[in-house]
Amino acid sequence: MLAVQQLEAGYGESVILRDVTLRVEPGQVVCLLGRNGVGKTTLMKSIMGLLKARKGTVAYNGHELTKAAPGRRAKSGIGYVPQGREIFGQLTVYENILVGLEAAREKMAARSIPEEAIAKFPVLPTMYNRRGGDLSGGQQQQLAFARALASKPDLLLLDEPCEGIQPSIVDDIRDVIRSIKADGKTSILLVEQSLDFVKSVGDYFYVLDKGAIAWEGGLEDLSDEVIKKYLTV
Amino acid sequence: MEVITLQLFNGLSVSSILLLIALGLAITFGLMKVINMAHGELIMIGAYSTYLTQNMFEDYLPKSMFDWYFVLAIPVSFLIAFVFGLILEMSLIRFLYGRPLDSLLATWGVGLVLQQLARSIFGAPNVAVTSPTWLDGGVSFLGAVLPYKRLFIIGLVIVTLLAMYFYIYRSLEGRRMRAVMQNRDMAACLGVSTRRVDAMTFAIGSGIAGIAGCALTLIGPIGPSLGTYYIVDAFMVVVLGGVGKLVGTVLGALGIGVFNTMFEYWTNASLGKVLVFLCIVAFLQWRPMGFVAMRSRSLDS
Repeated sequence: MLAVQQLEAGYGESVILRDVTLRVEPGQVVCLLGRNGVGKTTLMKSIMGLLKARKGTVAYNGHELTKAAPGRRAKSGIGYVPQGREIFGQLTVYENILVGLEAAREKMAARSIPEEAIAKFPVLPTMYNRRGGDLSGGQQQQLAFARALASKPDLLLLDEPCEGIQPSIVDDIRDVIRSIKADGKTSILLVEQSLDFVKSVGDYFYVLDKGAIAWEGGLEDLSDEVIKKYLTV
Repeated sequence: MEVITLQLFNGLSVSSILLLIALGLAITFGLMKVINMAHGELIMIGAYSTYLTQNMFEDYLPKSMFDWYFVLAIPVSFLIAFVFGLILEMSLIRFLYGRPLDSLLATWGVGLVLQQLARSIFGAPNVAVTSPTWLDGGVSFLGAVLPYKRLFIIGLVIVTLLAMYFYIYRSLEGRRMRAVMQNRDMAACLGVSTRRVDAMTFAIGSGIAGIAGCALTLIGPIGPSLGTYYIVDAFMVVVLGGVGKLVGTVLGALGIGVFNTMFEYWTNASLGKVLVFLCIVAFLQWRPMGFVAMRSRSLDS
């Protein structure tokens, strides 16, 4: 459903991604691995449209999206949980989720926060009236998930969802990803540093190195050699 | 007693006028961070819109209807200034986001162009707007006479403020607006149309400047350079109040208005103004963010 072809992107003069080709199939959890600074977040931003691609294409469900603005990509069904969460600090928790509804594909009047978006985060409704910026890191991460799920996306981009978060919430997030996977309606492209974490949820793996895909394969192919060659520092 | 009441009322009245001219700027400068030097000219446009509405009533409607022109003039001023703001945003401002110095220079130029435009259409001399008769006179209160015009402006500012509050904090459009102003990229990634929000926000700020212009016709004559008298005060109120919060703008206007009146009573008009400026400078040394500082990481960049 998501097909990235020979993508090249970067900031200003510097080229970060040289030649990236990857695919995400419906219902899959695809993990993107790589050392620091190889371009994982840059790739996520180019898929979402925050960075313009210099070459190559991004296609989604057969539609070419390479030149589309982030808003159009969101409305065609891509949800985004960015690195650092990017909660609207001055908006309440409830308002944050409502902003997530903007990309929903139903008519304006029919929009309401879907049950499944918050069912996985029972703590959120108890904090509806607090400001997003007052929440702890883990709570903000759950809010970022709920906000992305509010529009019922077919594809979820998760950029380091466990960064700087206490172990018990990491377990919660793992459960959430598993339950999304079990529902089978939403595919996931996941960037994550923790090998244990990605091994426990992933179906297919890409390893990014120096701005290009250096290795790809399934769980059983992700051997110690691969890990040693591309991932250990 | 009578003197105290009158001074307090004068302070409140000056505050309400300051607040009205600053509210539009609280949106375009406070929320959007555009240093809009043409804000004064948008006020001027609102004032001339009121003048035009008055002339229309005079020419085309029976005399008995004339008094009601002002009721129509308020939305007309808003609408015309709104359209000017929309054109300004779409043709110029949108290329200048994140470039404060360029936008300062460019909007100042726009201000000069608009002033000349007014001069060419209406002539350089001031024009008179006749206040409706139902605003003549005043009400006696604790020995002092409070003019209806001043009371009307205070009422208008309260209504405008309430309308803005509901729009910004309670409506769907307002939620989009706050989301975009806080984190543009993330709002875009969630499907908010940031271009539309920017244009609407700037136009609404301009429209409110138009309402201020309409109110100013009640207290003095209208000329092409009307805006230049008010632009400094408007920026002062927004900066003193703290950028990005309505309640700060209200406090800023009240502070400047009340102190200005008090100092002027104790000294004289020019020395009073100097003392107010000194107080503002001292206050901003102590609290550079103004009365109500927004604590937000997104603003630091």
